Amino acid sequence: MVLGLGYNAMLVMVGAGLLGIAAGVTGTFLFLRKRALVGDAIAHATLPGIGLAFLLMVALGGDGRNLAVLLIGAAVTAALGLLCVHWISTKTRLSEDTAIGAVLSVFFGFGVMLLTVIQNVPSGRQAGLDGLLLGATAGMLYADAVLIAVGGAVALAASLALSRPMTMVAFDAGFAGISGVNVVRIDLATMGLVLMVTVVGLKIVGLILIVALLIIPPVAARFWTDHAMRVAILAGTMGGVSGVVGAGLSATAPDLPTGPIIVLVAFAAFLISLIMAPDRGVLAAWFRHRRFERRVHLRQGLLALGQGQPIYERFTLRLLQKAGLVRADGVATDRGVGAALDALRDEARWAIMRADPGFDTLVNRHDGLSPIDTLLTADQIAEIDTRLNGATP
Amino acid sequence: MAVTPLSVVPVVPASEDLAVYPLALRGLTVSYGQKPAIFSVDASFVPGQMTAIIGPNGAGKSTLLKAALGIITPLSGHVTVFGKALVDQRQRIAYVPQRASVDWDFPTRVIDVVLMGLYRELGLLGRIRRSHHDRAMACLTRVGMQDFATRQIGQLSGGQQQRVFLARALAQNADLYLLDEPFAGVDAATEKAIIAVLKDLRDAGRTIVAVHHDLATVAEYFDRALLLNVRRIAEGPVDQIVTPDLLERTYGGQLTMARMDPAQTAS
Repeated sequence: MVLGLGYNAMLVMVGAGLLGIAAGVTGTFLFLRKRALVGDAIAHATLPGIGLAFLLMVALGGDGRNLAVLLIGAAVTAALGLLCVHWISTKTRLSEDTAIGAVLSVFFGFGVMLLTVIQNVPSGRQAGLDGLLLGATAGMLYADAVLIAVGGAVALAASLALSRPMTMVAFDAGFAGISGVNVVRIDLATMGLVLMVTVVGLKIVGLILIVALLIIPPVAARFWTDHAMRVAILAGTMGGVSGVVGAGLSATAPDLPTGPIIVLVAFAAFLISLIMAPDRGVLAAWFRHRRFERRVHLRQGLLALGQGQPIYERFTLRLLQKAGLVRADGVATDRGVGAALDALRDEARWAIMRADPGFDTLVNRHDGLSPIDTLLTADQIAEIDTRLNGATP
Repeated sequence: MAVTPLSVVPVVPASEDLAVYPLALRGLTVSYGQKPAIFSVDASFVPGQMTAIIGPNGAGKSTLLKAALGIITPLSGHVTVFGKALVDQRQRIAYVPQRASVDWDFPTRVIDVVLMGLYRELGLLGRIRRSHHDRAMACLTRVGMQDFATRQIGQLSGGQQQRVFLARALAQNADLYLLDEPFAGVDAATEKAIIAVLKDLRDAGRTIVAVHHDLATVAEYFDRALLLNVRRIAEGPVDQIVTPDLLERTYGGQLTMARMDPAQTAS
């Protein structure tokens, strides 16, 4: 089936897969540093560079479509945009989001203007330049794929090599500085790697959507793990799979655009993570909340039973009834009486423990709803009970 | 005979040997805008002692610490660490920032945070070996957090977070410890645990400088105090510094003297 897709589709799939891996890993550090939108500013700032590189090549007598030169132009203005954001946010009173907004729109506007000018340039075949906005894979050459592979591999290797200081700066820049990390340089390196991935990804995903490939995989990966390096590796995997699957899907039908399909596949991975992930996922959180709610209601119900107080909440009564602890008329069953007494004794034991600093760790770690015999040894419980009986002879 | 109407005595003798001080600030001014956060502060922190930096909100206590660490660039003045420039001496400083200064939902475990304290040894690519891991665990044990090593940091209480930060600073194995409000918002057990660790460090000859906000405990916890309100008010042994008169000068009207009531301090 894969071979049936043809040579161009194969090239695109390999390129998109490699780009996805590099974008996922590099994007993780951008995401951890909470600079996702700087990536967007960098991406939009590539456009004037593309236009200028094209005009320069035409002026020198070429046809203006050499991808490598276009990408170099893109990198130059993207770097300029990045420095503008950095300068505005550190040297003026304007905040970083203002700087991002200003740089993004001004550079992009200038780029669009250049593209308009280029359409009126008589020489040079301008076909394809606007393809870099949303990616254009139809005419991808072997040399283009090699360029993407090499650029992506370099960005990936550098991201992994710098992962330790980048993680430290993202978590606590002040401490990282004291530990001998050059914070400014690491930040610029992070952004430089993002820039590299962006430029390399222009041909496949385009400058408008590349930020999605940088950000969606790490955000999705974050749902599954609490470890920065695993977020990076998982994000790389998700990015790579999205690239391959997205490129494959778009090749199955004639008019499906590659870049947007890749982004949609990545988004599907995000959606699955958001809903299904254990612990951090929406479903898990909902179940956890429901379970906790039941435990609280059951506990309160049992304590009320034990103290002979009436229970007004219907939900509590229903839970108790379902557990066979009260009858339909609200009177406790034998089992209910036993459980209520257990709950009362547990509550008294917890009170002793809360008053004793020696149990601080345990008390802080638990919600105070669990039966104590699941947490302490028989000896410890016996000791608490001695104190309990001593306090109320 | 010439009479000088105004005698100007230099506070710091020109020949003073700064090398004896783990941390010395001279004429340090930091400004965020047109108004100095700290102004021309001189301070010498005495080796092997615990010094509290005390002052009202907005006095520049954290700013002073950050400027001493090079996290903020001062407008003027200079900082020496064991008599040398800060950049050459960073490996001798450990730092405990304010707990609220980081995102506790960051994807990292307790042990990984402590291992960050070993960055100077590990470097960019150095492998984390068994011995590094053991040392990080030993630091966690010193603050009573050994059972939490593999927890995600977001699951910790405020006091536990503070202990992890202290463990990370212990891993740095420094001669000078700078702490920014280590007791802010922590439970009583944590406060006791932290002060015990700090006193151990001091008894081992290390120097401790901490921003402190609780006047009731300063005399009990610290050997010396620096009173700060943008300008340096006074510095010296804690019993000579934490006096109603000097506190009044530091806090102005913001301080109710009731807080200094010794009966209340004892309770």
